[in-house]
Amino acid sequence: MNTITPPEYLPEKPSAQGRHFRAEKFDFWSFCFSGLTGLATLFILGILAVILLNILINGWRGLSWHFISTIPKKDFFDVNTTGVLPMIVGTTIRVFVMTIFVLPVGVITAIYLTEYAPNTSIVTRVIRAAVNNLAGVPSIVFGLFGLGFFINFVGKNLDTLFHNPGAVWGQPALIWAALTLAVMTLPVVIVATEESLKAIPPGLREASLALGATKLETILKVVLPQALPGIMTGGILAVSRAAGEVAPILFTGVAYYMASLPTHLTDQFMDLGYQIFVLSTQSPNIDQTRPILYATVLVLLILTFALNIVAIFIRARVRKKLRALG
Amino acid sequence: MGIQRGHRARPLEWLAEKFIFLVSLSAILMVFLIFLFVAREALPIFFGKTDTALVQKVIPPDEMDTLSPAQLQQYLELTPEQFASMDKETLKSLMEVKQEQLDEIPANFRNDPDARVNTTEWRYLLLPHKWSGYDKPEYIWQPVGQIQKYNIIPLFVGTLKITLIGLFFAVPLAVGAAIYVSQLARPHVREIVKPTIELLSGIPSVVVGFFALLVMATFLQKIFGYQTRLNAFVAGIALGFAVIPVIFSIAEDALTSVPRAYTQAALALGASRWQTAWQIVLPAALPGVFAATVLGFGRAIGETMIVLMVCSASVMSWSIFDSARSITTTIAAEMAEAVSGGPHYRILFMLGALLFAATFVSNMIGEVVINRLKLKLEGRR
Repeated sequence: MNTITPPEYLPEKPSAQGRHFRAEKFDFWSFCFSGLTGLATLFILGILAVILLNILINGWRGLSWHFISTIPKKDFFDVNTTGVLPMIVGTTIRVFVMTIFVLPVGVITAIYLTEYAPNTSIVTRVIRAAVNNLAGVPSIVFGLFGLGFFINFVGKNLDTLFHNPGAVWGQPALIWAALTLAVMTLPVVIVATEESLKAIPPGLREASLALGATKLETILKVVLPQALPGIMTGGILAVSRAAGEVAPILFTGVAYYMASLPTHLTDQFMDLGYQIFVLSTQSPNIDQTRPILYATVLVLLILTFALNIVAIFIRARVRKKLRALG
Repeated sequence: MGIQRGHRARPLEWLAEKFIFLVSLSAILMVFLIFLFVAREALPIFFGKTDTALVQKVIPPDEMDTLSPAQLQQYLELTPEQFASMDKETLKSLMEVKQEQLDEIPANFRNDPDARVNTTEWRYLLLPHKWSGYDKPEYIWQPVGQIQKYNIIPLFVGTLKITLIGLFFAVPLAVGAAIYVSQLARPHVREIVKPTIELLSGIPSVVVGFFALLVMATFLQKIFGYQTRLNAFVAGIALGFAVIPVIFSIAEDALTSVPRAYTQAALALGASRWQTAWQIVLPAALPGVFAATVLGFGRAIGETMIVLMVCSASVMSWSIFDSARSITTTIAAEMAEAVSGGPHYRILFMLGALLFAATFVSNMIGEVVINRLKLKLEGRR
């Protein structure tokens, strides 16, 4: 196996790095393969760097206050007059409405799973399996679900119930897009909250119970305040995931163009991610619209990445706490 | 239980507990509803209730009374609710409209045998058919036009092609990086590299698609020099970017969960770090790496925006440098123009149901394998 013999025997030097001293002899193949895995890692990091730098450098030029604060006229391919205000507003509102729905349900489910659920019961296992499955459902299927359930079933029935002359609820709308996204991000919130609940020392709960608090009081006044950073992480991760998703909102609420900002839950809305899709596939002249395309991508990336980095930071602290507990 | 609950406010506690339990069932409810409502819209296809035959036997409006209500409803292509809400006069005028429509079909279609068949039958969906104007039986997905062709095989081939390219690209890279980060890298390198790679999953797929379309497609064409600029190969590589973080984090978790005693024993016996990683840790964590690949596969076949932006022509071809169209892309691109309740709409929902089933199965396999691995490694510790 060894084609190259080690040059000479070197007396082993004591290493400064404690557990990482190299006791083994130099082995050519080990060196090669270790190098390959290192290269694979570098390659992935390189791809990430290229994507981010490319977007940052090209997007920076097109970014201006005018661009961020303008509602574009009908032809948003025009480089000089276009803006992304309605898209920023649309994306923000749909994500905000989603949070209102997903956070309570996700947090309560996580509380059940960590605080109440008997670990061995079939119901618990089915809930866990359902959460894992929900996390793996393709985003376009969520879009179909939103169309088939929220719009065609719930919305149409609401219209019949209120005797609306036309379709008010039974059509693509902000609320349906937000609800579809809420279903999609439910597992994200559940998993993050559960992780932070587990990181709380059992001693805290026991102390509270020993002082005469009921289980519910313990959860509300002792456990939840401690778990707040983790719950925030879950919310932030859900928001950043949902902000960049386009497939689920394609049929449930996004509009190609709207002259004004959405004001009702039943309005349609414009969206940053969808705008990127439109600008890059339907532009009449891609070279001319390139600057605004890059600038739009940069805005979306800043929005999702800023959130992601905050979440990763909080999460790292929660994990450290978890590890300290053993 | 009595001690755990404390002594005060029993009824409220009980209520709250039940409420929490009920809310936590919502995840199950959602999975169930997704399947129910996606499949519901597709049911007529499964039961052969749709009919796309262009040329039908004309029934004169005067003979309306000879038909049973069910026949009449099917003839006029109405939903049961619509049918129930109409009086006899409306139905009669609808029959006149229908008659005019059928009379207006151009003569060249009238003599076309394809215009008489229902293209949503299973044999037209799955088997090649010799359409008029073609010399041999072919698989064709062409949902727009007078005679709609809904063969779903080209979409399956396209999906498989793009997904496999993506996995061939992503799995070696992601697993290599996972081995490096979990076994070979120094702790402080690891602390930085791991979250950075996971940051890649924070890039929205529409941004990856945009990057592939504008930058990577041109770059790869320069290197490989193929004909079509946007093809399955570019889509596959871009898909790989999206799948790498998924495979990496699961594989890395599995490799890290191998007990330290294994590594220490191997190192003590004189194995190099690489030999330990390759011959001891990787075999022990192999089910985890397999699960990572399966879950990556589930993620890849469900990815929509990347493939939608990079390639879209539904050509039946196995060549990786031809364009391809995946199932997800088809749904995303065509749902807007499909008539609600029509055969095209139903077929798109059926594709969604199939997609859901496929990811459901791959998720289940991944979960089961990971759980078993965890039990095994913990049991030996």
